[in-house]
Amino acid sequence: MEPVTVDGKAFAPREGNSSQVDLRVNIGSLQLQNPVMTASGTFGYAREFEDFVNLQRLGAVVVKGISLSPRAGNPPPRVVETACGMLNAIGLENVGVERFISDKMPNLSVLGVPVIVNILGDSVEEYQEIARRLAEVESIAAIEVNISCPNVKKGGVAFGTDPQMAAAVTQAVKGVSRAPVIVKLSPNVTDISLMARAVAEAGADAVSLINTLIGMAIDLPTRRPRLANVIGGLSGPAIKPVALRMVYQVAQTVSIPVIGVGGIASADDALEFLLAGASAVQVGTANLVNPRTSEEVVAGISAYFRQHHIASVRDWIGALQVS
Amino acid sequence: MSQFQQNVELIRTESMTRDVVRLTFHAPDIAATAHPGQFIMVQTTTTGNDPLLRRPFSIHQVNNNGALQILFKVLGRGTELLAKRQEGEFVSLLGPLGKGFTLDNGDASCLIGGGMGIAPMLFLAHSLRRQGKTPTVILGARTGDELVPLLADFQQLGVVVQAVTNDGSFGSHGFVTDIFKDIHFPAHSINPIVYTCGPRPMMAAIFLQCQHKNLSCQVSMETTMACGIGACLGCAIPLKSGGYAHVCADGPVFSAKDLLWNL
Ligand SMILES: Cc1cc2nc3c(=O)[nH]c(=O)nc-3n(C[C@H](O)[C@H](O)[C@H](O)COP(=O)(O)OP(=O)(O)OC[C@H]3O[C@@H](n4cnc5c(N)ncnc54)[C@H](O)[C@@H]3O)c2cc1C
Ligand SMILES: Cc1cc2nc3c(=O)[nH]c(=O)nc-3n(C[C@H](O)[C@H](O)[C@H](O)COP(=O)(O)O)c2cc1C
Ligand code: FES
Repeated sequence: MEPVTVDGKAFAPREGNSSQVDLRVNIGSLQLQNPVMTASGTFGYAREFEDFVNLQRLGAVVVKGISLSPRAGNPPPRVVETACGMLNAIGLENVGVERFISDKMPNLSVLGVPVIVNILGDSVEEYQEIARRLAEVESIAAIEVNISCPNVKKGGVAFGTDPQMAAAVTQAVKGVSRAPVIVKLSPNVTDISLMARAVAEAGADAVSLINTLIGMAIDLPTRRPRLANVIGGLSGPAIKPVALRMVYQVAQTVSIPVIGVGGIASADDALEFLLAGASAVQVGTANLVNPRTSEEVVAGISAYFRQHHIASVRDWIGALQVS
Repeated sequence: MSQFQQNVELIRTESMTRDVVRLTFHAPDIAATAHPGQFIMVQTTTTGNDPLLRRPFSIHQVNNNGALQILFKVLGRGTELLAKRQEGEFVSLLGPLGKGFTLDNGDASCLIGGGMGIAPMLFLAHSLRRQGKTPTVILGARTGDELVPLLADFQQLGVVVQAVTNDGSFGSHGFVTDIFKDIHFPAHSINPIVYTCGPRPMMAAIFLQCQHKNLSCQVSMETTMACGIGACLGCAIPLKSGGYAHVCADGPVFSAKDLLWNL
């Protein structure tokens, strides 16, 4: 198979031709023109990518996680490269929901692409309050709930590692949201299917996975951790096999749509996640290396389908052949 | 403000010293829009995912024919791979990125570059000369070997370089701060300004002297970076007013007084 991301050139989409394949997918009540989104925290507020990407070609953009009040984030160093990947400990720096609505949303809502807002909190009430405020914003296409955050009321155990807590957050957000609710699962658990089932039963419209895998890097000469936060989240091509396995398992378990995330850098990567049962995908770390990746993935998928006479992406989703 | 991601031809490689390399690319779009102090993100490999991330480098020099240069020291895997790239090969560049030096105010200026911090100073000196200004230039390095190959380009611009080496093998013996101590701008100069790039302790010492002399000071900062375009928030640097700025988008050039130095 030909690689599809050769720095923008290989798959310049041809107008008109892409209508031959049907890339539309549904995430709950939300219909997307194609299954390719950007992953939270790797695409800024989309404007940063305007010079590189025709945003209107994307299925959706997911913006950086928003909390109730602004968060300053962690001290540097916040990022470090590892073999075929990177660790980050950004510390969920963001402007808070008020300023997000007043400063960022007006720009986002005119981009001509569905905007999915990622939210985070340290209590069930905080998640719900953010969701309540966002429900007043008409132009938000969906809410993505990052449950990989510590629950301060439960000794800092991450919501995403406890089925009851994950269900409680899901229910609280779902109860006040107008837009579909996607719950973003943490891979730092023993059995991710269990978590998926818990949030599906609590009313999630879809799940996205995976968030970053917790990791660590040490600088030998100085005998110090390479991140100021000591530990951080691993992302990039290094985590793709883990993400693919988890997507496959979750797609077998729940009937709501699954959104695959983790190490996707090319159309081939995305096609694999769709085969494993994902209804859509998110491109994360790859945006940081080649800001054009997301659009190249869209173009690459339609080129692949044309070449292989696949009429609709829906014929491809979950079509993995396990003999 | 346009940014470009382009595969451009590497038209010249030069070994300046044992471990300092200068690469010249034919990158007309980036060169035409670049300001001194801005940087580019360079992909170090064309194969595979390791090293995954691009590496940031200051823009060393541009010309009207679309040539763009970077000057760097080989430190680890990324710079090692980059140093091995051959003339005629294509390299993916992302740029011009960040906010560069402020040039418009002030009729007197002093440029202070230490080590690889010399890289952006050539572009800056060139731009100031084009405005008809004659900056004072202080360049420092550990040894003469590291400094001498870089001097000709500055001298060609018609600026006088005060060279200083830590081991005294070329120019004055000591540090850039020893030279800067004795620099006095003419009494009538309007908004004199100091521009500096180099190791953090050096810039901190320069900033301290600037405070004593009541001079404004612009510093070019380094942090680890993933994207270079303001998307990941990985390049945080603490601000004096609390919170963080992002070196790739708010910098790399800052007004030194806005940063938290822990002096
Ligand atoms: C805005 C900006 C502009 C820059 N401009 C230049 C330039 O013009 N010329 C130049 O030579 N370098 C410049 N740098 C630094 C350069 O990006 C790093 O030296 C390079 O990324 C190292 O990559 P590597 O893969 O070779 O090293 P790595 O394998 O990443 O690291 C190898 C060793 O070098 C150390 N190291 C890594 N990054 C830095 C750094 N930023 N400063 C000091 N030590 C580091 C590591 O701690 C490690 O010990 C700049 C950095 C920034 C943020
Ligand atoms: C720098 C960075 C910041 C991130 N910030 C968030 C965030 O705010 N909220 C969230 O749910 N996930 C966040 N993520 C996780 C990504 O959205 C994604 O789930 C993960 O990186 C795996 O995908 P990838 O390998 O394609 O990057 C972040 C990842 C990175 C690298
Ligand atoms: S390096 Fe990504 S925001 Fe600065």
